[in-house]
Amino acid sequence: MFQQRTDKPGRNGAQSWATWYRSGGLSAVFFALPLVLIFLYFSWGPIVRGLVLSFQKNNLVAPPEWVGMSNFSYVLTDPQLPQAALNTLYFCLLALIFGFPVPLFLAVFISELRKTGWLYNVLSYLPAVVPPVAAILLWTFFYDPSGAGVFNSILGWFGLGPFAWLNSQTLAMPAIVLEATWAGAGATSIIYLAALTGVRTELYEAAELDGAGIWSRVWHVTLPQIRGIILIMMLLQLIGTFQVFTEPFLFTGGGPNNATTTILLLIYRYAFINGDFGAATALSVLLAGVLCVLSVVYHFVTRRWSTT
Amino acid sequence: MSHERGIISTADRQRGLIRYGLPTIQVLIFIAVLIAGVGPLLWLLKSGVSTSQDILRGPMQLWPSGIQLKNIPDAWNRVQIGAYLGNTAFIAIGSMISTLFVCTTGAFVLSILRPKWGPVVTGAVLATLFLPGVISLVPLYMTVLKMPVLGISLQNTFWAVWLPQAAGAFNVLVMKRYFDSIPRELIEAARIDGASNLRLFTSLILPLSKPIVGVVALLTVIGSWKDYLWPLLVLPDPRLQPISVALPRVAKTTEISLQMSALFLAVLIPVVLFLLFQKQFLRGVGMAGGIKE
Repeated sequence: MFQQRTDKPGRNGAQSWATWYRSGGLSAVFFALPLVLIFLYFSWGPIVRGLVLSFQKNNLVAPPEWVGMSNFSYVLTDPQLPQAALNTLYFCLLALIFGFPVPLFLAVFISELRKTGWLYNVLSYLPAVVPPVAAILLWTFFYDPSGAGVFNSILGWFGLGPFAWLNSQTLAMPAIVLEATWAGAGATSIIYLAALTGVRTELYEAAELDGAGIWSRVWHVTLPQIRGIILIMMLLQLIGTFQVFTEPFLFTGGGPNNATTTILLLIYRYAFINGDFGAATALSVLLAGVLCVLSVVYHFVTRRWSTT
Repeated sequence: MSHERGIISTADRQRGLIRYGLPTIQVLIFIAVLIAGVGPLLWLLKSGVSTSQDILRGPMQLWPSGIQLKNIPDAWNRVQIGAYLGNTAFIAIGSMISTLFVCTTGAFVLSILRPKWGPVVTGAVLATLFLPGVISLVPLYMTVLKMPVLGISLQNTFWAVWLPQAAGAFNVLVMKRYFDSIPRELIEAARIDGASNLRLFTSLILPLSKPIVGVVALLTVIGSWKDYLWPLLVLPDPRLQPISVALPRVAKTTEISLQMSALFLAVLIPVVLFLLFQKQFLRGVGMAGGIKE
């Protein structure tokens, strides 16, 4: 029956549709439907809409109106922006200084322990299991500025403090980064550990015969072999920390005196406190532009490492 | 006995400095990890059953002056921690199902069926990977408030959290890459046996990709567990809020002892689950790192 139909001459259009249908073309469309719809609504659509919105005045009440570049000029001349940008960079820098070496060291150390490694693993992963918001509320209490606060009483045993922690303009940001490092180190070190299992151990033998000490073995043999994943984790961390929101929002709400206001906090204020959706998207687009460069680098790095 | 050697060799272990130095470092790091990992949890356990006075006056006292066990049921019922935890689990499981549905069916089309228009979709999905999430935060919120074409609002429904979660390019691409590695001969063989696309998907591709489905499921659950800003925006109704959104709101109105027992309950369940399944869990998370490469 099918044979007959395809034999009919002169109906190329209908015929190719029939072949398309019979070879499962329609069911391919059905299978692709969830992906295409979800991405249209929640990924492609919002991205395009974000670009459009950044050139409009929109407060959800009045009909949107084109305003050209005025959202961008408003955002860029906002006196809070330099402070917020500096705070975000400061957070990234501190997170890199504290949060980057700790999990790496932990992973190299744990990988050396044959029998008890898992115990260190489980213990250091525990903070990552605690819901982040619960952890932040707990640490807010730990950072109690009075002398009876948890950290202040511990430091008090050594004759230090009391410190104002989150109430101090200089200490607030490091305090936030300290919590973030505590919460994130275990999860990152697990990823390094997985990478470390692929390190070729016969190289240690060779390095040892060449007279390399333990530190130089770590530095010249271990780390170079996992430098791909190290670079990736660093880029992912940068992209993540540029968009930090929950920690400063819940710990300090941006205070004291805007010392912990990050870019994302500013976006949140524009959109959900001032109701100025145009300005909020304009700032999002600017931040996304910066991050885009980072993610393109990330993409090319991963390409290079996965092919070698 | 020959076990795999590490950075430190057996010869090194004989030398004096390392022989005594290494165990010392081990113990020191163990204490550090113990304090960091278990310390806050133990403190929370103690504070969860203490009076407000004790928590405020002497947070570092080893033993509270009186144990107030009724804090725990109070937190569960009066602060409704149980209900919020239920919401959290419901949101996480729903996100997981929608993510898995979208990324397996999508990857099946792009990797196995390979229609002519496939590369266009793959390219469009890949392109979103370069754009950070912040760019679509506000427009996504507006989309959820009033869905284009449909004209309905998803605010205050769980769909507002479940559906956007599924639009993750990373999951789709990871799944596609895994499907790509399935030998074509298997698929051809199934085709010759007369398997339809649906049957090919459910009886061959899905069973073969259990490991990757597990990893994506785990990552989605962890991600939705940690999410704060998005549910805060789209679920203003307190009855629907997950624990992460509810806790800061509750913390403002309840006394400190109840607050601590609420925190304790919120922490207890995930920690117990993690300790029970730590092997599978850590393996899955480690595998996820390999995927990012």
